[in-house]
Amino acid sequence: MPEKAKILDKEAIQRSLTRIAHEVIEKNKGAGNLCLIGIRTRGAFLAQRLSECIKHIDNIDVPVGILDITLYRDDLALAKSQPIVRKTEINFGLEGKDVVLVDDVLYTGRTIRSALDALIDFGRPKTIQLAVLVDRGHRELPIRADYVGKNIPTAKNEKIEVRLLESEGKDEVVLTED
Amino acid sequence: MEWQRKDLLGLEELSAEEIEFILETAASFKEVSTREIKKVPALRGKTVVNLFYEPSTRTRVSFEVAAKRLSADVINIAVETSSVKKGETLIDTGKNIEALKADIVVIRHGSSGAPNILSRNLNISVVNGGDGWHEHPTQALLDMFTLKEKLGRIKGLDVCIVGDIAHSRVARSNIWGLTKLGAKVTVCAPAMLIPAEIEKLGVLVSDDLDKVIRNADAVNVLRMQFERDNQEAFPKQLEYFQKFGITEEKLALAKKDIIIMHPGPINRGIEISSEVADGKNSVILEQVTNGIAVRMAVLFLVSQGKEYQDAHPH
Repeated sequence: MPEKAKILDKEAIQRSLTRIAHEVIEKNKGAGNLCLIGIRTRGAFLAQRLSECIKHIDNIDVPVGILDITLYRDDLALAKSQPIVRKTEINFGLEGKDVVLVDDVLYTGRTIRSALDALIDFGRPKTIQLAVLVDRGHRELPIRADYVGKNIPTAKNEKIEVRLLESEGKDEVVLTED
Repeated sequence: MEWQRKDLLGLEELSAEEIEFILETAASFKEVSTREIKKVPALRGKTVVNLFYEPSTRTRVSFEVAAKRLSADVINIAVETSSVKKGETLIDTGKNIEALKADIVVIRHGSSGAPNILSRNLNISVVNGGDGWHEHPTQALLDMFTLKEKLGRIKGLDVCIVGDIAHSRVARSNIWGLTKLGAKVTVCAPAMLIPAEIEKLGVLVSDDLDKVIRNADAVNVLRMQFERDNQEAFPKQLEYFQKFGITEEKLALAKKDIIIMHPGPINRGIEISSEVADGKNSVILEQVTNGIAVRMAVLFLVSQGKEYQDAHPH
Protein backbone atom coordinates (compact mmCIF):
# COMPACT_ATOMS: atom_id res chain seq x y z
CA MET A 1 0.00 0.00 0.00
CA PRO A 2 1.71 3.24 -1.13
CA GLU A 3 1.95 6.00 1.45
CA LYS A 4 0.43 9.24 0.17
CA ALA A 5 1.11 11.61 3.02
CA LYS A 6 2.17 11.84 6.61
CA ILE A 7 -0.71 13.48 8.45
CA LEU A 8 0.72 13.72 11.96
CA ASP A 9 4.23 13.26 13.28
CA LYS A 10 5.37 12.52 16.82
CA GLU A 11 5.18 16.13 17.99
CA ALA A 12 1.80 16.73 16.37
CA ILE A 13 0.33 13.65 18.08
CA GLN A 14 1.65 14.85 21.44
CA ARG A 15 0.25 18.37 20.86
CA SER A 16 -3.15 16.91 19.92
CA LEU A 17 -3.29 14.80 23.08
CA THR A 18 -2.26 17.77 25.25
CA ARG A 19 -4.98 19.92 23.69
CA ILE A 20 -7.60 17.17 24.10
CA ALA A 21 -6.56 16.79 27.76
CA HIS A 22 -7.17 20.52 28.31
CA GLU A 23 -10.53 20.34 26.53
CA VAL A 24 -11.63 17.34 28.57
CA ILE A 25 -10.78 19.10 31.84
CA GLU A 26 -12.48 22.31 30.70
CA LYS A 27 -15.66 20.63 29.53
CA ASN A 28 -15.98 18.53 32.69
CA LYS A 29 -14.95 21.37 35.01
CA GLY A 30 -12.02 19.41 36.40
CA ALA A 31 -10.90 15.80 36.24
CA GLY A 32 -12.39 14.63 39.56
CA ASN A 33 -15.28 12.57 38.19
CA LEU A 34 -13.54 11.35 35.03
CA CYS A 35 -12.43 7.99 33.83
CA LEU A 36 -10.90 6.99 30.51
CA ILE A 37 -11.77 3.85 28.58
CA GLY A 38 -9.52 2.96 25.65
CA ILE A 39 -10.73 0.67 22.89
CA ARG A 40 -8.26 -2.13 22.15
CA THR A 41 -5.64 -1.91 20.84
CA ARG A 42 -4.43 1.61 20.05
CA GLY A 43 -7.24 3.40 21.87
CA ALA A 44 -5.98 1.78 25.06
CA PHE A 45 -2.49 3.24 24.53
CA LEU A 46 -3.94 6.68 23.73
CA ALA A 47 -6.17 6.58 26.85
CA GLN A 48 -3.09 5.87 28.98
CA ARG A 49 -1.25 8.81 27.42
CA LEU A 50 -4.26 11.08 27.86
CA SER A 51 -4.38 10.13 31.53
CA GLU A 52 -0.73 11.16 31.87
CA CYS A 53 -1.45 14.51 30.14
CA ILE A 54 -4.35 15.16 32.54
CA LYS A 55 -2.17 14.26 35.52
CA HIS A 56 0.43 16.74 34.26
CA ILE A 57 -2.17 19.53 34.03
CA ASP A 58 -4.45 18.86 36.99
CA ASN A 59 -2.37 16.52 39.18
CA ILE A 60 -5.23 14.03 39.34
CA ASP A 61 -4.91 10.31 38.62
CA VAL A 62 -7.73 9.50 36.23
CA PRO A 63 -8.45 5.75 36.13
CA VAL A 64 -7.89 4.04 32.78
CA GLY A 65 -9.73 0.96 31.56
CA ILE A 66 -9.40 -1.16 28.46
CA LEU A 67 -12.39 -2.31 26.42
CA ASP A 68 -12.40 -5.16 23.89
CA ILE A 69 -15.48 -4.76 21.69
CA THR A 70 -15.21 -8.02 19.71
CA LEU A 71 -18.21 -9.64 21.42
CA TYR A 72 -20.36 -6.61 20.60
CA ARG A 73 -19.49 -6.30 16.92
CA ASP A 74 -22.40 -6.27 14.49
CA ASP A 75 -20.29 -7.86 11.76
CA LEU A 76 -18.99 -10.95 13.58
CA ALA A 77 -20.44 -13.16 10.85
CA LEU A 78 -19.28 -10.86 8.03
CA ALA A 79 -15.72 -10.16 9.11
CA LYS A 80 -13.12 -11.10 6.49
CA SER A 81 -10.66 -12.34 9.08
CA GLN A 82 -11.73 -13.96 12.31
CA PRO A 83 -11.60 -11.51 15.21
CA ILE A 84 -9.74 -12.64 18.34
CA VAL A 85 -11.43 -12.05 21.68
CA ARG A 86 -9.11 -10.23 24.07
CA LYS A 87 -9.49 -9.12 27.64
CA THR A 88 -11.60 -6.23 28.85
CA GLU A 89 -9.99 -4.67 31.91
CA ILE A 90 -12.16 -2.15 33.73
CA ASN A 91 -11.31 -2.43 37.41
CA PHE A 92 -13.54 0.37 38.66
CA GLY A 93 -17.24 1.20 38.65
CA LEU A 94 -18.69 3.40 35.89
CA GLU A 95 -21.84 4.30 37.83
CA GLY A 96 -22.26 8.10 37.85
CA LYS A 97 -18.89 8.69 36.18
CA ASP A 98 -18.01 10.95 33.27
CA VAL A 99 -16.53 8.41 30.89
CA VAL A 100 -14.29 9.45 28.02
CA LEU A 101 -14.11 6.72 25.42
CA VAL A 102 -10.84 6.84 23.48
CA ASP A 103 -10.04 5.41 20.04
CA ASP A 104 -7.48 6.08 17.35
CA VAL A 105 -9.65 6.56 14.23
CA LEU A 106 -13.34 7.43 13.92
CA TYR A 107 -14.70 6.13 10.61
CA THR A 108 -18.11 4.41 10.17
CA GLY A 109 -19.01 4.74 13.86
CA ARG A 110 -19.78 1.03 14.22
CA THR A 111 -16.92 0.37 16.64
CA ILE A 112 -18.19 3.20 18.84
CA ARG A 113 -21.73 1.81 18.68
CA SER A 114 -20.38 -1.54 19.94
CA ALA A 115 -18.37 0.21 22.65
CA LEU A 116 -21.42 2.16 23.86
CA ASP A 117 -23.41 -1.07 24.19
CA ALA A 118 -20.56 -2.67 26.10
CA LEU A 119 -20.10 0.30 28.45
CA ILE A 120 -23.78 0.38 29.35
CA ASP A 121 -23.40 -3.24 30.52
CA PHE A 122 -20.90 -2.05 33.13
CA GLY A 123 -23.32 0.29 34.84
CA ARG A 124 -24.86 3.70 34.18
CA PRO A 125 -22.28 6.41 33.61
CA LYS A 126 -23.35 10.05 34.06
CA THR A 127 -22.02 10.87 30.60
CA ILE A 128 -20.10 9.13 27.86
CA GLN A 129 -17.90 11.33 25.69
CA LEU A 130 -15.75 10.36 22.74
CA ALA A 131 -12.14 11.33 22.02
CA VAL A 132 -10.36 10.25 18.82
CA LEU A 133 -6.97 11.03 17.37
CA VAL A 134 -8.29 11.16 13.80
CA ASP A 135 -11.79 11.65 12.37
CA ARG A 136 -11.80 10.54 8.74
CA GLY A 137 -15.54 10.94 8.02
CA HIS A 138 -17.86 8.46 6.22
CA ARG A 139 -20.14 7.83 9.18
CA GLU A 140 -22.77 5.07 8.81
CA LEU A 141 -24.40 5.78 12.18
CA PRO A 142 -25.43 9.01 13.96
CA ILE A 143 -22.26 9.28 16.06
CA ARG A 144 -19.83 12.19 16.49
CA ALA A 145 -16.69 12.80 18.55
CA ASP A 146 -16.49 15.34 21.40
CA TYR A 147 -12.71 15.70 21.06
CA VAL A 148 -10.80 15.30 17.79
CA GLY A 149 -7.03 15.38 17.30
CA LYS A 150 -7.32 16.07 13.59
CA ASN A 151 -10.11 15.99 11.02
CA ILE A 152 -8.91 14.36 7.81
CA PRO A 153 -11.35 14.21 4.88
CA THR A 154 -10.61 10.95 3.07
CA ALA A 155 -11.79 8.93 0.11
CA LYS A 156 -13.18 5.49 0.90
CA ASN A 157 -10.34 3.74 -0.93
CA GLU A 158 -7.84 5.51 1.27
CA LYS A 159 -6.74 4.24 4.62
CA ILE A 160 -5.56 5.98 7.76
CA GLU A 161 -2.77 4.16 9.56
CA VAL A 162 -2.09 5.21 13.11
CA ARG A 163 1.26 3.97 14.34
CA LEU A 164 2.16 4.30 18.00
CA LEU A 165 5.33 3.79 19.97
CA GLU A 166 3.66 1.11 22.09
CA SER A 167 2.50 -1.05 19.16
CA GLU A 168 4.55 -0.09 16.07
CA GLY A 169 7.65 1.40 17.66
CA LYS A 170 7.08 4.95 16.34
CA ASP A 171 4.51 7.73 16.54
CA GLU A 172 2.94 8.82 13.25
CA VAL A 173 -0.30 8.94 11.31
CA VAL A 174 -0.11 8.32 7.57
CA LEU A 175 -2.58 8.23 4.71
CA THR A 176 -2.26 5.25 2.38
CA GLU A 177 -4.18 4.11 -0.67
CA ASP A 178 -5.42 0.65 -1.66
CA MET B 1 -4.59 -18.27 14.55
CA GLU B 2 -8.00 -18.75 12.97
CA TRP B 3 -10.37 -21.29 14.56
CA GLN B 4 -11.53 -23.64 11.80
CA ARG B 5 -13.39 -26.44 13.61
CA LYS B 6 -17.17 -26.40 13.84
CA ASP B 7 -17.12 -29.15 16.49
CA LEU B 8 -15.30 -29.91 19.71
CA LEU B 9 -15.25 -33.70 19.95
CA GLY B 10 -12.17 -34.31 22.07
CA LEU B 11 -8.68 -33.13 22.88
CA GLU B 12 -7.00 -36.06 21.12
CA GLU B 13 -7.58 -34.43 17.74
CA LEU B 14 -6.52 -30.92 18.75
CA SER B 15 -3.05 -29.46 18.37
CA ALA B 16 -1.24 -27.84 21.28
CA GLU B 17 -1.77 -24.50 19.53
CA GLU B 18 -5.52 -25.04 19.33
CA ILE B 19 -5.72 -25.98 23.01
CA GLU B 20 -3.71 -22.88 23.98
CA PHE B 21 -5.99 -20.77 21.80
CA ILE B 22 -9.11 -22.02 23.62
CA LEU B 23 -7.47 -21.32 26.99
CA GLU B 24 -6.50 -17.80 25.94
CA THR B 25 -9.97 -17.08 24.60
CA ALA B 26 -11.46 -18.39 27.86
CA ALA B 27 -9.25 -15.99 29.82
CA SER B 28 -10.90 -13.12 27.95
CA PHE B 29 -14.38 -14.48 28.67
CA LYS B 30 -13.79 -14.90 32.40
CA GLU B 31 -14.20 -11.18 33.03
CA VAL B 32 -17.76 -11.18 31.61
CA SER B 33 -19.03 -13.12 34.64
CA THR B 34 -17.68 -10.42 36.99
CA ARG B 35 -19.72 -7.64 35.37
CA GLU B 36 -22.85 -6.08 36.78
CA ILE B 37 -24.66 -7.29 33.66
CA LYS B 38 -23.19 -10.73 33.06
CA LYS B 39 -24.02 -10.96 29.40
CA VAL B 40 -22.50 -10.17 26.01
CA PRO B 41 -24.34 -10.31 22.67
CA ALA B 42 -21.84 -12.54 20.86
CA LEU B 43 -24.27 -15.44 20.20
CA ARG B 44 -27.46 -13.40 20.09
CA GLY B 45 -30.01 -15.14 17.88
CA LYS B 46 -28.22 -18.51 18.09
CA THR B 47 -29.80 -21.58 19.66
CA VAL B 48 -27.87 -24.09 21.78
CA VAL B 49 -29.45 -27.48 22.47
CA ASN B 50 -28.20 -29.50 25.45
CA LEU B 51 -28.90 -33.13 24.54
CA PHE B 52 -28.19 -35.20 27.63
CA TYR B 53 -28.51 -38.99 27.55
CA GLU B 54 -26.91 -39.33 30.97
CA PRO B 55 -27.84 -37.59 34.17
CA SER B 56 -25.75 -34.48 34.68
CA THR B 57 -26.36 -31.37 36.65
CA ARG B 58 -23.08 -29.50 36.77
CA THR B 59 -22.01 -29.90 33.17
CA ARG B 60 -25.47 -29.13 31.80
CA VAL B 61 -25.94 -26.11 34.05
CA SER B 62 -22.45 -24.87 33.22
CA PHE B 63 -23.14 -25.09 29.47
CA GLU B 64 -26.52 -23.44 29.99
CA VAL B 65 -25.04 -20.55 31.98
CA ALA B 66 -22.25 -20.17 29.42
CA ALA B 67 -24.69 -20.05 26.50
CA LYS B 68 -26.96 -17.58 28.26
CA ARG B 69 -24.06 -15.25 29.10
CA LEU B 70 -23.36 -15.20 25.36
CA SER B 71 -27.06 -14.28 24.76
CA ALA B 72 -27.86 -17.57 23.02
CA ASP B 73 -31.22 -19.29 23.54
CA VAL B 74 -30.91 -22.64 25.30
CA ILE B 75 -33.07 -25.74 25.04
CA ASN B 76 -32.44 -28.66 27.40
CA ILE B 77 -33.41 -32.15 26.32
CA ALA B 78 -33.15 -34.82 28.99
CA VAL B 79 -33.56 -38.29 27.65
CA GLU B 80 -35.92 -39.54 30.33
CA THR B 81 -38.60 -37.24 28.94
CA SER B 82 -37.83 -37.48 25.23
CA SER B 83 -38.78 -39.54 22.18
CA VAL B 84 -35.62 -41.58 22.60
CA LYS B 85 -37.73 -43.56 25.04
CA LYS B 86 -39.98 -44.29 22.06
CA GLY B 87 -37.08 -45.73 20.07
CA GLU B 88 -35.75 -42.78 18.08
CA THR B 89 -32.11 -43.22 16.98
CA LEU B 90 -29.34 -40.81 17.86
CA ILE B 91 -28.99 -39.68 14.24
CA ASP B 92 -32.75 -39.08 13.88
CA THR B 93 -32.78 -37.07 17.09
CA GLY B 94 -29.83 -35.05 15.80
CA LYS B 95 -31.48 -34.40 12.44
CA ASN B 96 -34.65 -33.23 14.19
CA ILE B 97 -32.60 -30.79 16.27
CA GLU B 98 -30.96 -29.56 13.08
CA ALA B 99 -34.39 -29.16 11.46
CA LEU B 100 -35.36 -26.88 14.34
CA LYS B 101 -32.56 -24.62 13.07
CA ALA B 102 -30.51 -24.99 16.23
CA ASP B 103 -26.90 -23.87 15.82
CA ILE B 104 -24.99 -25.90 18.39
CA VAL B 105 -25.81 -29.22 20.03
CA VAL B 106 -24.01 -30.19 23.23
CA ILE B 107 -24.24 -33.94 23.71
CA ARG B 108 -23.64 -36.08 26.79
CA HIS B 109 -23.91 -39.80 26.02
CA GLY B 110 -23.07 -43.09 27.70
CA SER B 111 -21.50 -44.52 24.54
CA SER B 112 -18.00 -43.53 23.48
CA GLY B 113 -18.06 -41.89 20.04
CA ALA B 114 -21.68 -40.68 20.07
CA PRO B 115 -20.62 -37.05 19.45
CA ASN B 116 -18.50 -38.20 16.49
CA ILE B 117 -21.52 -39.95 14.98
CA LEU B 118 -23.58 -36.77 15.30
CA SER B 119 -20.76 -34.68 13.86
CA ARG B 120 -20.54 -36.89 10.75
CA ASN B 121 -24.29 -36.66 10.16
CA LEU B 122 -25.07 -33.03 10.97
CA ASN B 123 -23.99 -29.69 9.57
CA ILE B 124 -24.52 -27.81 12.81
CA SER B 125 -21.85 -27.61 15.50
CA VAL B 126 -21.45 -30.52 17.92
CA VAL B 127 -19.79 -30.17 21.32
CA ASN B 128 -18.89 -33.22 23.39
CA GLY B 129 -20.23 -32.86 26.93
CA GLY B 130 -18.81 -36.26 27.90
CA ASP B 131 -19.10 -39.58 26.02
CA GLY B 132 -18.76 -42.97 27.67
CA TRP B 133 -15.19 -43.63 28.82
CA HIS B 134 -13.84 -41.68 25.88
CA GLU B 135 -13.50 -37.92 26.41
CA HIS B 136 -14.86 -34.98 28.39
CA PRO B 137 -12.95 -32.21 26.66
CA THR B 138 -14.47 -29.16 28.34
CA GLN B 139 -13.75 -30.63 31.80
CA ALA B 140 -10.09 -31.16 30.89
CA LEU B 141 -9.90 -27.67 29.38
CA LEU B 142 -11.25 -26.10 32.55
CA ASP B 143 -8.82 -28.17 34.63
CA MET B 144 -5.95 -26.91 32.49
CA PHE B 145 -7.29 -23.36 32.57
CA THR B 146 -7.34 -23.52 36.39
CA LEU B 147 -3.80 -24.94 36.50
CA LYS B 148 -2.52 -22.24 34.19
CA GLU B 149 -4.25 -19.53 36.17
CA LYS B 150 -2.85 -20.83 39.47
CA LEU B 151 0.66 -21.83 38.41
CA GLY B 152 1.22 -19.63 35.36
CA ARG B 153 2.00 -22.45 32.95
CA ILE B 154 1.32 -26.07 31.98
CA LYS B 155 4.67 -26.98 30.42
CA GLY B 156 6.91 -28.82 32.85
CA LEU B 157 4.26 -29.24 35.55
CA ASP B 158 4.08 -32.52 37.42
CA VAL B 159 0.40 -33.47 37.45
CA CYS B 160 -0.95 -36.56 39.17
CA ILE B 161 -4.37 -38.00 38.32
CA VAL B 162 -5.65 -40.20 41.14
CA GLY B 163 -8.58 -42.58 41.07
CA ASP B 164 -10.63 -44.64 38.68
CA ILE B 165 -8.59 -44.05 35.52
CA ALA B 166 -10.18 -47.04 33.77
CA HIS B 167 -13.70 -45.62 33.68
CA SER B 168 -12.79 -41.95 33.45
CA ARG B 169 -13.30 -39.78 30.36
CA VAL B 170 -12.04 -36.86 32.47
CA ALA B 171 -8.73 -38.68 32.94
CA ARG B 172 -8.40 -39.44 29.24
CA SER B 173 -9.09 -35.88 28.10
CA ASN B 174 -6.71 -34.53 30.74
CA ILE B 175 -3.99 -36.93 29.60
CA TRP B 176 -4.34 -35.84 25.97
CA GLY B 177 -4.39 -32.15 26.84
CA LEU B 178 -1.70 -32.06 29.50
CA THR B 179 0.81 -34.17 27.57
CA LYS B 180 0.29 -32.07 24.42
CA LEU B 181 1.08 -28.94 26.43
CA GLY B 182 4.21 -30.49 27.90
CA ALA B 183 3.19 -31.51 31.42
CA LYS B 184 4.48 -34.67 33.07
CA VAL B 185 1.45 -36.80 33.92
CA THR B 186 1.30 -39.66 36.41
CA VAL B 187 -1.82 -41.77 36.86
CA CYS B 188 -2.14 -43.29 40.30
CA ALA B 189 -4.67 -45.95 41.33
CA PRO B 190 -5.01 -49.59 42.37
CA ALA B 191 -3.82 -51.73 39.44
CA MET B 192 -7.36 -52.89 38.62
CA LEU B 193 -8.46 -49.30 37.95
CA ILE B 194 -5.60 -48.64 35.49
CA PRO B 195 -6.45 -49.57 31.89
CA ALA B 196 -3.99 -51.79 30.03
CA GLU B 197 -1.35 -49.97 27.95
CA ILE B 198 -2.29 -46.54 29.33
CA GLU B 199 1.45 -45.72 29.37
CA LYS B 200 1.29 -45.60 25.57
CA LEU B 201 -0.49 -42.25 25.99
CA GLY B 202 2.74 -40.88 27.46
CA VAL B 203 1.94 -41.12 31.16
CA LEU B 204 3.69 -42.71 34.12
CA VAL B 205 1.78 -45.31 36.13
CA SER B 206 1.97 -45.83 39.88
CA ASP B 207 0.04 -47.43 42.70
CA ASP B 208 2.04 -45.61 45.37
CA LEU B 209 0.34 -42.30 46.13
CA ASP B 210 2.66 -41.54 49.07
CA LYS B 211 5.55 -41.55 46.62
CA VAL B 212 4.08 -39.68 43.64
CA ILE B 213 2.42 -36.94 45.70
CA ARG B 214 5.85 -35.72 46.91
CA ASN B 215 6.85 -34.25 43.57
CA ALA B 216 3.41 -33.29 42.27
CA ASP B 217 2.52 -29.65 41.49
CA ALA B 218 -1.13 -30.62 41.25
CA VAL B 219 -3.38 -33.58 41.93
CA ASN B 220 -6.58 -34.14 40.00
CA VAL B 221 -8.77 -36.34 42.19
CA LEU B 222 -11.34 -38.39 40.32
CA ARG B 223 -14.63 -39.48 41.77
CA MET B 224 -14.82 -43.18 42.65
CA GLN B 225 -17.67 -44.37 40.47
CA PHE B 226 -18.91 -47.15 42.70
CA GLU B 227 -22.19 -47.20 40.76
CA ARG B 228 -20.25 -48.69 37.82
CA ASP B 229 -18.95 -51.58 39.91
CA ASN B 230 -21.35 -54.34 38.90
CA GLN B 231 -19.08 -57.21 39.85
CA GLU B 232 -18.14 -55.81 43.24
CA ALA B 233 -14.55 -55.89 42.06
CA PHE B 234 -13.62 -52.42 43.32
CA PRO B 235 -11.68 -52.10 46.55
CA LYS B 236 -13.85 -51.47 49.57
CA GLN B 237 -14.50 -47.78 50.20
CA LEU B 238 -12.60 -47.60 53.48
CA GLU B 239 -9.66 -49.50 52.08
CA TYR B 240 -9.52 -47.15 49.08
CA PHE B 241 -9.70 -44.06 51.28
CA GLN B 242 -6.81 -45.26 53.40
CA LYS B 243 -4.49 -45.86 50.45
CA PHE B 244 -5.64 -43.37 47.80
CA GLY B 245 -7.84 -40.86 49.59
CA ILE B 246 -6.45 -37.31 49.54
CA THR B 247 -6.16 -36.43 53.22
CA GLU B 248 -4.19 -33.98 55.31
CA GLU B 249 -1.73 -36.80 56.08
CA LYS B 250 -1.06 -37.21 52.35
CA LEU B 251 -0.76 -33.44 51.87
CA ALA B 252 1.86 -33.38 54.63
CA LEU B 253 4.10 -35.37 52.23
CA ALA B 254 3.50 -32.97 49.34
CA LYS B 255 4.71 -29.53 48.26
CA LYS B 256 3.22 -26.84 50.48
CA ASP B 257 1.35 -25.10 47.65
CA ILE B 258 0.16 -28.22 45.80
CA ILE B 259 -3.08 -27.67 43.87
CA ILE B 260 -5.96 -30.06 44.59
CA MET B 261 -8.56 -30.37 41.83
CA HIS B 262 -11.71 -32.47 41.52
CA PRO B 263 -14.25 -32.49 38.66
CA GLY B 264 -17.14 -33.05 41.09
CA PRO B 265 -19.36 -34.24 42.51
CA ILE B 266 -17.06 -35.00 45.43
CA ASN B 267 -17.53 -38.00 47.72
CA ARG B 268 -16.28 -36.73 51.06
CA GLY B 269 -14.46 -39.44 52.97
CA ILE B 270 -14.09 -41.69 49.92
CA GLU B 271 -11.60 -40.11 47.52
CA ILE B 272 -11.00 -36.88 49.40
CA SER B 273 -11.35 -35.79 53.02
CA SER B 274 -13.54 -32.85 53.96
CA GLU B 275 -10.55 -30.98 55.41
CA VAL B 276 -8.73 -31.13 52.06
CA ALA B 277 -11.81 -30.47 49.93
CA ASP B 278 -12.48 -27.28 51.90
CA GLY B 279 -8.82 -26.47 52.59
CA LYS B 280 -6.45 -23.85 51.21
CA ASN B 281 -4.97 -26.11 48.51
CA SER B 282 -8.36 -26.91 47.04
CA VAL B 283 -9.46 -25.08 43.87
CA ILE B 284 -12.60 -27.18 43.40
CA LEU B 285 -15.05 -24.27 43.39
CA GLU B 286 -12.76 -22.11 41.24
CA GLN B 287 -12.93 -24.93 38.70
CA VAL B 288 -16.70 -24.48 38.59
CA THR B 289 -16.33 -20.75 37.94
CA ASN B 290 -13.67 -21.33 35.30
CA GLY B 291 -15.88 -23.94 33.63
CA ILE B 292 -18.24 -21.19 32.53
CA ALA B 293 -15.46 -19.15 30.90
CA VAL B 294 -14.09 -22.23 29.14
CA ARG B 295 -17.51 -23.28 27.84
CA MET B 296 -18.25 -19.73 26.69
CA ALA B 297 -15.00 -19.82 24.73
CA VAL B 298 -15.83 -23.22 23.23
CA LEU B 299 -19.38 -22.22 22.19
CA PHE B 300 -18.06 -18.98 20.71
CA LEU B 301 -15.21 -20.67 18.83
CA VAL B 302 -17.26 -23.51 17.31
CA SER B 303 -19.71 -20.87 16.14
CA GLN B 304 -16.79 -19.01 14.51
CA GLY B 305 -15.56 -22.33 13.11
CA LYS B 306 -18.95 -23.00 11.52
CA GLU B 307 -18.79 -19.63 9.79
CA TYR B 308 -15.25 -20.38 8.66
CA GLN B 309 -16.34 -23.71 7.17
CA ASP B 310 -19.34 -22.16 5.45
CA ALA B 311 -16.99 -19.59 3.89
CA HIS B 312 -14.39 -22.23 2.91
CA PRO B 313 -16.31 -25.29 1.69
CA HIS B 314 -14.12 -28.34 1.07
